[in-house]
Amino acid sequence: MSERYDAIVVGAGHNGLVCASLLAKAGKKVLVLEANSQVGGAAVTRTFADGYSVSSVAHLLYQLQPQVRKDLGLNIEMTASDMPTVALSTDGKHVRISGDEVSGVNAHDVAGYKNFCTRMNRFADLLKTFLNKTPPRLAKDASRSDLLTLAQLGLDIRRLGKVEMQEFLRLIGMNIRDEVVERFDSEILRGAISLDAVMGTHLGPRSPNTILTYLYRLAATHGAIDQPSGGMSAVSEALAHSARDNGATIRTNMKVRRIVVENGRAAGVETESGEKFSSWLVVSNADPKTTIMELVKPKNVETGFTHRIHHMRMRGNAAKLHLALDGLPAIKGVDKREFAGRFIIAPGDDYVERAFNHAKYGETSAKPVFEIVFPSFRDSSLAPTGKHVLSAIVQYVPYELRANWNKKSRSAFEKLAIATLAEYMPDLKERITATELLTPVDIEEQFHIHGGHWHHGELTLDQFLFTRPVGGAAQYAMPLDGLYLCGAGSHPGGGISGAAGRNAARAILKSGYAL
Amino acid sequence: MTIQEVEQGRLRSPFYPRQAEIDRLNNWHEWKGYSSADGFYDTTLEYFSIRNSTGVFDLTPMTKYRITGPDALDYLNRLVTRDMRKIKPGRVAYAVWCDDQGQVIDDGTIFHLSEGDYRLCSQERHMSWLTMSAIGMDVSIVDETEEICALAVQGPTSFSILQAMGIKGIEKLRPFGLAHFDFQGSGIMISRTGFTGDLGYEVWLSPDQALDLWDALFEAGKIYGIMAIGTEALEQSRIEAGFIAAYVDFLPADVTVRSGRSRSPLELGLDWLVDFKKPNFNGRRALAEEKRKGSTWQLVKLDIEGNKPAHHSYVYANPKSKKEVGFITSAVWSPVCKQNIALGTVRSPHGKVGDKLYVEVYYQREMHWSRVMAEAIVVDKPFWDPPRKRATPPGPF
Repeated sequence: MSERYDAIVVGAGHNGLVCASLLAKAGKKVLVLEANSQVGGAAVTRTFADGYSVSSVAHLLYQLQPQVRKDLGLNIEMTASDMPTVALSTDGKHVRISGDEVSGVNAHDVAGYKNFCTRMNRFADLLKTFLNKTPPRLAKDASRSDLLTLAQLGLDIRRLGKVEMQEFLRLIGMNIRDEVVERFDSEILRGAISLDAVMGTHLGPRSPNTILTYLYRLAATHGAIDQPSGGMSAVSEALAHSARDNGATIRTNMKVRRIVVENGRAAGVETESGEKFSSWLVVSNADPKTTIMELVKPKNVETGFTHRIHHMRMRGNAAKLHLALDGLPAIKGVDKREFAGRFIIAPGDDYVERAFNHAKYGETSAKPVFEIVFPSFRDSSLAPTGKHVLSAIVQYVPYELRANWNKKSRSAFEKLAIATLAEYMPDLKERITATELLTPVDIEEQFHIHGGHWHHGELTLDQFLFTRPVGGAAQYAMPLDGLYLCGAGSHPGGGISGAAGRNAARAILKSGYAL
Repeated sequence: MTIQEVEQGRLRSPFYPRQAEIDRLNNWHEWKGYSSADGFYDTTLEYFSIRNSTGVFDLTPMTKYRITGPDALDYLNRLVTRDMRKIKPGRVAYAVWCDDQGQVIDDGTIFHLSEGDYRLCSQERHMSWLTMSAIGMDVSIVDETEEICALAVQGPTSFSILQAMGIKGIEKLRPFGLAHFDFQGSGIMISRTGFTGDLGYEVWLSPDQALDLWDALFEAGKIYGIMAIGTEALEQSRIEAGFIAAYVDFLPADVTVRSGRSRSPLELGLDWLVDFKKPNFNGRRALAEEKRKGSTWQLVKLDIEGNKPAHHSYVYANPKSKKEVGFITSAVWSPVCKQNIALGTVRSPHGKVGDKLYVEVYYQREMHWSRVMAEAIVVDKPFWDPPRKRATPPGPF
């Protein structure tokens, strides 16, 4: 007889932990099963070389929803807050961005950037309200509260005022490139904004709805970037403590092999080792494809739904590059103090678009774009004294590489990425003592995310709000009794935000689930 | 390719050479890429061969999918609403399949040829839906429509004809059974199935056997009144049998555009095919909900007064009402039942067995139109349902 729980959460990713904690807080007996040895999913700090640790996937915190912090009473120590950005240029004429202030550009751009931020932040605030709610149902069976939520969305847009409303409706499906080219003279600034809009996606600055992805990035803290003390595990550990304090049981090294379906409903889970746990409520923090195609199996759900899940777009395009350095590299025109901030290599919107071109055809970028931090600069726990870690998100690195991912293609890309970095950091190569490259294929394998896509599915208008992950299943409840989704594949989407986990927990508790 | 290079715009059945010899009408229509005869001699004559002797209908254009593989049973069990675990090898199941909303895509027959080896037959083509349903399953779906030709041999003398043809063991074949038989040294399959609601068989063979089989069948059938028939005669008999037809009595859910124009199996009177004990099948959740809330439509069999077929008529709950409650989809004067019969769709809660409804029948006499409000009773059983349909062995003639 297997042990019975009120709820079993598959995966201790940050959303799974948020959901588990809230369910436990409501008095439910909750079990969280995590395949890896650490909690946090893709929000973890791991040792990648002797003495060197780094946040393995997500390395900066800027999307954690204030409501999640509040509900769980989280107190996460930061080693750096409101980190400024240096957008690098090979000639040393960098552009520096901090909040709504920018330097290294002309007066027109300085004023323009302030206006741009004000408007974008206002729109992001509007979005934020809806990121923290279950999307309303539009079907015939819409309830009163669905209609109220929908009415509020309309009202909030109307409340922007006529001019701003028209601007919002014009921008929401638009691409970021058209907007930055219209507004700014500085190539570097255009590139910097473009990069923030396309980070972690299979989109270029000229792809539709890249303004939406930009707003999504701002829709928690207006894009203010923090670095948790000890890396991203600090966030996950805080969430795990919260869940445990509320009474949830978390077990690591327990990979769920399947979600047990009995009499047409979820009835528990079975792990790789054959252990069974029973519950009438299974909440999957795994991505929608893994959940439905692998854990539930198509035969237990219907054809149309299977088809929609199967065709969800979720092929990762971002790699992580970690370098162990015996000292900070020199960057022309950069002061040592600035290593506490964030660097980006995206000198121009066309540069970013060209980097994306390759990805469309299954090739890695010839000139990749980078988001770089030196987390050890402020956090000595991450590297031996005097030594440093470089952590970079590198794009575009397609999951489905036409030449296939193997030792040769990996090492060729790593070499290319380091060579590109070296254009800005001339002494970088001689400082490297160890490297780690995580391609989307590695991310898929090590973090169990289909396609290695951090957002558990491309964040595009057709996979957003009412249709995330797919139409008819956007309210966290899957079309299998007793199965819920609580990860980034459900509304609102990816990033270390916790919104999906919180919304899912609230949807479950509101449904008065027979526990 | 030029137009001149295309020999035929439509496929011809392998039986065509024989059909061409007997054809007196030259009335053909298109059926899923094939030419199919409306009739060969005279519809009434052909109709009476089905009811009084034996009519032979060319089933070749019927779409046939071979479904095999380790997941074949799981696959079919999710696809259709009935429990396929109960259909053993050597049996045939009439089945209906739905989309996720529980709306009927089509109906058809599934032949369990041998363990894990199935053939699905339907009037319409469904490769796209079948392929979509195979996502994540280890199953192979092959369209074998052109590799298999078939004749429906239907009527009271059909058993005697097959026996006279030398088909050994045909007497053991029960309704909805299938078996493989020897024919001139090679194999054919015969199933006791059909679309006429009478004693009858369907013979399945490879195209190279087609003409030999036709000849042997018609030779043996000479003294039993055998006759080739077309779609019009078959259509009359299928209404008498109470069978529904796609694009006539319902629209496949995948072709409807307007909301509410598709039908659920419950609305089509096929609730006996929906097995809610089965944990999962396409449309189960929606159908369970519909069962709880009640259906919108109800397909009815109507016994109508008078002798004017109620083609395309509106149906009313009372003769004075201005608002109709439904409409007729198939209608015919049944010579064998001596009844004016029809299939129709009415809004729930109308259409319960025994309900009295009114059908607005228009008919023309010497150019002038007349209208009657004919009384119609909702009936339960098929209009034509002779005991010989079920008898095993069937009686000889």
